Amino acid sequence: MAKIVEKSVLAPEIFLMKVKEGLIASKRKAGQFVILRISSKGERIPLTIVDSDKESGTITIVFQVVGKTTHLLSLMNVGDEIPDLAGPLGKPTEIEKFGNVAVVGGGIGIAVAYPIAKAMKEAGNRVISILGARTGQLLVLKKEVTAVSDETILTTDDGSLGLAGFVTESLKTILDTRSIDQVVAIGPVPMMRAVSELTRPYGVKTIVSLNPIMVDGTGMCGACRVMVGGGIRFACVDGPEFDGHEVDFGDLSLRLTAYREYEKTSFDLCQAAGTKT
Amino acid sequence: MGNDDKKKTRAPRVPMLERRPEDRVRDFGEVPLGYSPEQVKLEAVRCLGCKNKPCKGGCPVGIDCAGFVKRVSEGDFTGAIKLVKEKNILPAVTGRVCPQTEQCEGSCILGKKGDPLGIGFIERFVADWEREHGEVLPDKAPASGRSVGVVGSGPSGLTVAADMILLGHEVTIYEALHEAGGVLIYGIPEFRLPKDIVAAQINSLRRLGVVIKVNQVIGSTLTIDELLTIHDVVFIGVGAGAPAFMGIPGENLIGVFSANEYLTRSNLMRAYRFPEWDTPMNPGKRVAVIGGGNVAMDAARTALRLGAEEISIIYRRSREEMPARAEEIRHAGEEGIVMRLLKAPKRILADSSGHVAGIELLDMVLADADAYGRRRPIPKEGSEHILEVDTVIVAIGGHPNPTIARTTPGLDVDGRGYLVVDRETMSTSKARVYAGGDIAGWGANVIKAMGDGRIAAGAMHEFLTREKKD
Repeated sequence: MAKIVEKSVLAPEIFLMKVKEGLIASKRKAGQFVILRISSKGERIPLTIVDSDKESGTITIVFQVVGKTTHLLSLMNVGDEIPDLAGPLGKPTEIEKFGNVAVVGGGIGIAVAYPIAKAMKEAGNRVISILGARTGQLLVLKKEVTAVSDETILTTDDGSLGLAGFVTESLKTILDTRSIDQVVAIGPVPMMRAVSELTRPYGVKTIVSLNPIMVDGTGMCGACRVMVGGGIRFACVDGPEFDGHEVDFGDLSLRLTAYREYEKTSFDLCQAAGTKT
Repeated sequence: MGNDDKKKTRAPRVPMLERRPEDRVRDFGEVPLGYSPEQVKLEAVRCLGCKNKPCKGGCPVGIDCAGFVKRVSEGDFTGAIKLVKEKNILPAVTGRVCPQTEQCEGSCILGKKGDPLGIGFIERFVADWEREHGEVLPDKAPASGRSVGVVGSGPSGLTVAADMILLGHEVTIYEALHEAGGVLIYGIPEFRLPKDIVAAQINSLRRLGVVIKVNQVIGSTLTIDELLTIHDVVFIGVGAGAPAFMGIPGENLIGVFSANEYLTRSNLMRAYRFPEWDTPMNPGKRVAVIGGGNVAMDAARTALRLGAEEISIIYRRSREEMPARAEEIRHAGEEGIVMRLLKAPKRILADSSGHVAGIELLDMVLADADAYGRRRPIPKEGSEHILEVDTVIVAIGGHPNPTIARTTPGLDVDGRGYLVVDRETMSTSKARVYAGGDIAGWGANVIKAMGDGRIAAGAMHEFLTREKKD
């Protein structure tokens, strides 16, 4: 049981929660995630740990409502308890002093990029953050990211906030004009793929954080397998971060569609039930 | 009378009634129906009562089989279950899933000329009888003040927990998933091992005082070193749960599952009850299961119950080499699962949307037995042919999960990632840490894992007792 101690709305359908789980809070490092389950018939879903506070023993999660579990989670309130919470899972981000690090976050991926930017900064790197979203309202955590970055560039597809255009355009300008030692890119699969393709000719190591479908999240089922460097790797125990130049993004995109119809059925049914009551 | 004995034709085994294949494939209810008290006594009196008890020698945990069978033949079911539980805390489980034909029953003298004694059936009866007639809780030794941490709640961990709690130690089990039982819960399906039976056996441990903490991923949530600051000794029984894949083209297509994923979705996550339960699965209509072990049989028979219409088991050796229990192979066959023997997959074919459309197979021939007596399968050139399927389930075993080894300095693993243990004590290279079951590198099964747990518990108890005296 893990009690929700804080809840806020970051953007339409994007929520932040602080959850009391002292052990995970004391252990967690940037890049790791938790698996949670919110009811006795619930599915297990992975969510990145965005931040933690050892003193209050809380972890922060940020999620977008995309299906039944995230919908029901968004209806939970301060004081409610999440019945099953396991973690921290996955390998932590490899943090060292690389020099100049560009951290690219797209959409809800900003929530995953933030703790990495923070840890990179704490390790003495010069951090340039590039955040992108469809529209300004969806550029979440920009204050937090700005606070841990030496420089922050905001981009939106519709130009409502920051530069109009994609994160790749801003990243390209930076790669062309400065020396960058490492890129970290987290967001939708097409964005991570585009960033990896962009950085490849520059020879800049590019770390991506993958979000395949998981069942147990502890290395047991292989549902989260991804092709990296031509071999099968499990995102839950070997990742979730991998070298973007080695990842087969086409394979990942395909596998993410495997349960789309079921996900929709489940979401529709639960929303229909919600409107009735 | 000696003459009579020679002339007497030995009675065949009292058959256990089973549900008819056409009925049982429609649900997840158990297939064998169990003995009645009359039947079990009839079967028990077939025991020859051999002095040297080969059955006991054939059991990895040394159950006095002839002893408890004798009590059953006298109608003393309480006495029988007491005797079984001296050595085995999960009789309702092992009575159902042990490979008896290779163990107790394989050693039975009756088997030389006819059916061996149905020791598994009798064990199952007394365990079920106990559950229905009130549990026989063994006595606990006085509290020792020492504490044991058990990592994993599968068969080896449960055995260690039971043995250590009875010896007076405090026991805490750490389970990574949200439900205790390990492979007994996520792996073995309901129709072979009903989950309420597993739950009942785990609850009896709780009643004895064992604390079970779920959602604890050891190596992450807490490290082994941290457990060693909480507990005097630690046992690692986490299995070898990382599924193996074949490394052939097409293995990531939609519709390819590890058996672990397929069974976990169905068993642990109850995906067959989607959308009432949240986790979905598409069980497939034409299913190929790769492998010849119990897990392959479980996956195939699960697919059938989930609505698959045509299911094949693809195995690269012949039926004789299949590692599955004889009863599972028979049940699968009765239920209409097709055994495609001496075949190995070469690649999995896709349709235009990235779903499985078929599997290309190669015929195999078996080479002469090698030094270990195993006949290696060799592909027949030019024998490629395609089987149209929409689902492929890979059931070819597993590897150790790297999480604990990665985070535990001083814990030695072998080249494949299994923990190195001293077989006499199941102690690892790290002081106060023991291990058993699949993670300790045996091609284990439930009862062998329990056997490891038994040895480890004995060694841990000795260590704790010795340490106290010092």
